[in-house]
Amino acid sequence: MNKTPLCAVHEKSGARMVDFAGWYMPVQYTSIIEEHNAVRTNSGLFDLFHMGEFWLSGPDALKNIQKICCQDSEALSDRQIAYTPMCRPDGTIVDDLLIYRWTAEKFMLVVNASNMKKDYDWIASQLEGDVKFVDKSSETGLIAIQGPNAEAILQKLTRQRLKPIKFYWFTSGKVAGIDCIISRTGYTGEDGFELYYPAEHSEKLWNDLLEAGKDFGIKPIGLGARDTLRLEARLMLYGNDINDETTPIEANLNWTVKFAKGPFNGSEVMKKQKDQGVTKTLVGFELGKGPAARHGYPIMKDGKKVGEVTSGTMAPTLQKNIGLGYVPPALSAIGSTFDIEIRGKNYPATVIETPFYTRARS
Amino acid sequence: MTTKFTKEHEWAKLEGDTVTVGITDYAAHQLGDVVFVELPAKGSKLQKDKVFGTIESVKTVSDLFAPVTGEVVAVNGNLENNPALVNEEPMGAGWICKVKMANPSEFDQLLSEADYKKICD
Repeated sequence: MNKTPLCAVHEKSGARMVDFAGWYMPVQYTSIIEEHNAVRTNSGLFDLFHMGEFWLSGPDALKNIQKICCQDSEALSDRQIAYTPMCRPDGTIVDDLLIYRWTAEKFMLVVNASNMKKDYDWIASQLEGDVKFVDKSSETGLIAIQGPNAEAILQKLTRQRLKPIKFYWFTSGKVAGIDCIISRTGYTGEDGFELYYPAEHSEKLWNDLLEAGKDFGIKPIGLGARDTLRLEARLMLYGNDINDETTPIEANLNWTVKFAKGPFNGSEVMKKQKDQGVTKTLVGFELGKGPAARHGYPIMKDGKKVGEVTSGTMAPTLQKNIGLGYVPPALSAIGSTFDIEIRGKNYPATVIETPFYTRARS
Repeated sequence: MTTKFTKEHEWAKLEGDTVTVGITDYAAHQLGDVVFVELPAKGSKLQKDKVFGTIESVKTVSDLFAPVTGEVVAVNGNLENNPALVNEEPMGAGWICKVKMANPSEFDQLLSEADYKKICD
C-alpha cells in the first residue's frame, strides 16, 4: 500500500487507518461527527498527499486543455482555478479534476488518487502539438485547511495577504517558511485553502498548522468526515456519483460544460443529451428517520427498480439522512417521491434541493 | 449478575432467566459514531447466532447476532432518538434488548470476559 509522508504522524495521533484506493489513510482520528462539526464551525486539517498533480506546459498547452476538459480554460484568468469533468469522446467521465491556470502555456491539473494512472495514460494519449506533460504527484504534498477559521489560522504562518484571494483563485508564497501554492479551494462546502508544497516538508507544515490553529481548536480530519462534508455540499465523488459510465449532463454538472468554446471531447454527445434529454439524472433526496441510504442501494418506484443510490449518509450538520442517486427524469423534480430499498424493506424518500448544505457567505 | 460475551462482540447480562443484550465497548469504539439501531420487535423470537438487527455508524452497517435463543421481552426505545447512547455507554444505557431465554444452558456456552478480551487483542 502507498503511504503518505505523514503516515507515522497519523498513526502516532491514534488515527484509525484504512486502505483507500491503494493508500494507507486516516479514516478518523476521534469521531467522524466531531471532525465534521469542527470543519463546519471552526477548522480542520486534511492530509491529501494521495491526490495527483500533473503539469501541462508549452505553446499548445491551452489548446490541449480545451480539448480534454469540459470547462473553458481560455476564459480563466492567470491564477484562476476551474473544477471540470474530463470526458471521452462518448461523453463518459474519465475523472473530475481541478485546472490551475498559471498562464496560457502552463497548467497544473489535480486529479483523484483512485484514477491517477488512468488519467495519466488518457491525457498522454490525447495530447497533440508542442506540449510537455509531467506527473509530479510523488514529490508534491497537499494539505488542506478548511473551515470558517482557516484564513485566520493560515494568515499566522504567511506574509501573503490571504483576504484578497477569492474562492477558486490561487497564489504562491511561503507558509511556515515553505514554498507553497496557496489555493482557495476545498472539498467541504466551507471556506478554506489547499496548500501544495515539496513533499519533504510535510511534517513541518502539518505540525506548524496544527500549532497555529491550537488556540482555535483545529482538528485533524479523516476521510470519513471528508465524505460527509463533501456530500452535504453535493460535491461529486468519482467512483460513486460519477464514473466511466456517466456523463456530466446526467450528473447535472451542466455548469461545467462550456459548449460555447467550440468542440471538445464528448461535446457532441453532451449537446445531444442537453437538447434531447437524458435517460437518467442525478438527484439529491432525503429519507425519514431510520437507516441511512448507502452506495448501491436500489431506488424503487411502484415496486420496480428505477435507479440506484450513489452516495448516502446521515448528514451531521443537517441531522437527517440524505443521498444522491440516478433516477429517470420523470422522478427528478423537487418533491418527487420514490423508495429506497434497504435490507429488503422500502423507505420513502423525497427529492430535495441541492446542495443540501450551503455555507452562509459574508 | 454475570456478564458474558460473544465473538461477534455482543454482551449478555444474566438476570434470572432473562439476559440484557448490547454491543461491547470494543465494538462501539470500532464502529464509531452510531447513527441508527434497527431494534428487534418486542415479542419476536431470536435464534442463537442468527442476525436479529443492524447497527449503523456514519461509515458502516453491521449485523447484530443473538447471543442466545429466546423471546424479546423489552427493547431500548431510547436508541430510536438517541443512538449515540451506544457509544456513550455501550454496556449500560446503550443496551439493545432483553431476551427471555428458551434454553438457559446456552448462557454458559458464551465467552467469559477474559476469553473475550483475548479475541479483541
